[in-house]
Amino acid sequence: MTTTSTMTATPLAPRRVDPAAVVARTTSRSSVQETWVQVLAMARRALKKMRRKPEQFFDVLIQPLLFTAMFAFIFGGAISGSVSDYLPVLIPGILAQTALTVCMATGVQLREDMDKGVFDRFKSLPIARIAPLAGPMIADLIRYGIASVLTLVTGLVIGYRPGGGVLGCVGGIALTVISGWSLAWIFTWLGTMARSAQSVQGISMMIMFPLTFLSNAFVPAETLPGWLEAFVKVNPVSHVVSAVRDLFNDGAVTAEVGWALVGCVVVVVIFAPLAVRSYSRKM
Amino acid sequence: MADLSAVRAESLVKNFGDFRAVDGIDLHVRQGEIFGVLGPNGAGKTTMLRMLATLLPIDGGHAEIFGVDVRREPHRIRQLVGVTGQYASVDEDLTARENLWLFARLQGLTGTRAKAIAVELLERFGLQEAADRPLSQFSGGMRRRLDLASSLITRPPLIFLDEPTTGLDPRTRGQMWDTIRELVTDGSTILLTTQYLDEADQLADRVAVIDRGRKVAEDTPDALKTQVGDSTLQLSLADGSDIALAADVVRRLLGEEPVLTPESGRMNIPLPDPNRAADVLIGLREAGLGISSVSVAKPTLDEVFLALTGHGAVDEPQMEAAR
Repeated sequence: MTTTSTMTATPLAPRRVDPAAVVARTTSRSSVQETWVQVLAMARRALKKMRRKPEQFFDVLIQPLLFTAMFAFIFGGAISGSVSDYLPVLIPGILAQTALTVCMATGVQLREDMDKGVFDRFKSLPIARIAPLAGPMIADLIRYGIASVLTLVTGLVIGYRPGGGVLGCVGGIALTVISGWSLAWIFTWLGTMARSAQSVQGISMMIMFPLTFLSNAFVPAETLPGWLEAFVKVNPVSHVVSAVRDLFNDGAVTAEVGWALVGCVVVVVIFAPLAVRSYSRKM
Repeated sequence: MADLSAVRAESLVKNFGDFRAVDGIDLHVRQGEIFGVLGPNGAGKTTMLRMLATLLPIDGGHAEIFGVDVRREPHRIRQLVGVTGQYASVDEDLTARENLWLFARLQGLTGTRAKAIAVELLERFGLQEAADRPLSQFSGGMRRRLDLASSLITRPPLIFLDEPTTGLDPRTRGQMWDTIRELVTDGSTILLTTQYLDEADQLADRVAVIDRGRKVAEDTPDALKTQVGDSTLQLSLADGSDIALAADVVRRLLGEEPVLTPESGRMNIPLPDPNRAADVLIGLREAGLGISSVSVAKPTLDEVFLALTGHGAVDEPQMEAAR
């Protein structure tokens, strides 16, 4: 402590502010490097908040534990003949669903956060408009990670034995985290658009349920009526689920993995600029 | 460049739907001065400040800060202006130290510098003991101080203070005033809004009076007060029937016409010079007239408004919602 104050005494000593010099130093936008520092600072803020409010981890913890066990024992026999035969189908599906739930929380929390006074200061500071949005999303990577690992562990406990081995599992979880992070941009965009946190929650539910249930997450697409099968096949969640299945069960990097990644890139390219634009406009 | 204005705004306009919150305000703030914007709630003060701080889009007119166009170069403006809002814009979930660190990092200070400046500002604003406590335990005054400290991290040449002392107790208000004066000694320019004539009087070199989105007057606080009128000496006589005699004493001593309320034995006397209050009191005692109560009232914001606009300072709270 003492070293800090002696160190800073000289550079911080009172000096006159010279407006002309400050004007000359101003820049018209944040550089890439500055933006990165800002994003990391915002991520650190989000992490501190997570540590202080552990209750926001409930969705991350409960869903994998509860849904994995529940779905396995309820649907296992009906869909795949037995619980153990259903697990290779189910676990990647639950993983995708959990990732989407975390995404939803991202949008809701951003909306709550934006209603607070501190966002006034963020807006008044010379920082890149993307920093307050991207920062929390980096911190959320931890939540996706925890949620994915928990889902897998629950599966292992009730008898799932992934054929892809350790590498396949790591790959599957990495893909889940990447997909979750990319899809979160959609919900972040919603967060900047909606009027209240409740409405973000409502709209997100309306998006999340069709996306997860009208996919191959829980049942094979072939069992569905033709029109539904057509939707399920283009649903990006289906691609992620198939890709994660390939990685978990066979340890194979298939074309599905490629498609899932392309889907992620497309979502980010479309929704990240939309979110930033809507955020900068809402002033 | 020496006479570059801190703020030069011409016919600023802001509409919220059909409601015109700011209706063609011109503002000219010189470097190194404290410029006060005085007006009741809903007059458009905050809206104007938020437009100048790039927090609200400007609907009409033109604004420059140190010669930089507010509309075209918002990122530059944000490097020139420190904003302290009516509601403390600090992070409630972080400690004071973490707040300062965050804002410093966001503005490009290195980790070590950010820590050092947090220590320096906490000390300067008397917050070092509360530095690591959650903000939920902070009083209104402490929050305000932290908010102001957060605006000073990069020592911006222009500082916006939106009603910096509203809701503070008199002692804290006095401390805040001292801090604001220090900022000017350091070379900063200050644009502050206030509802209190007293505050504008204490701090501001020049004052603009805003009413319903328009500027109704601009002058030094002294000139405004003379325009408005004087202090009043308010007396209650011990014996109400003496009131005519007392009025004679006042006319003889001050040459002013007192306003009488004979039923309650009260009189209000215009007081061009507050020092003359003593003359009146002595005169009354010499005439053998007893007094039951006495007070000197300064002109209030309400009276300034009445004098300048013909109507009182009526709060228009529905407009303040348009943040």
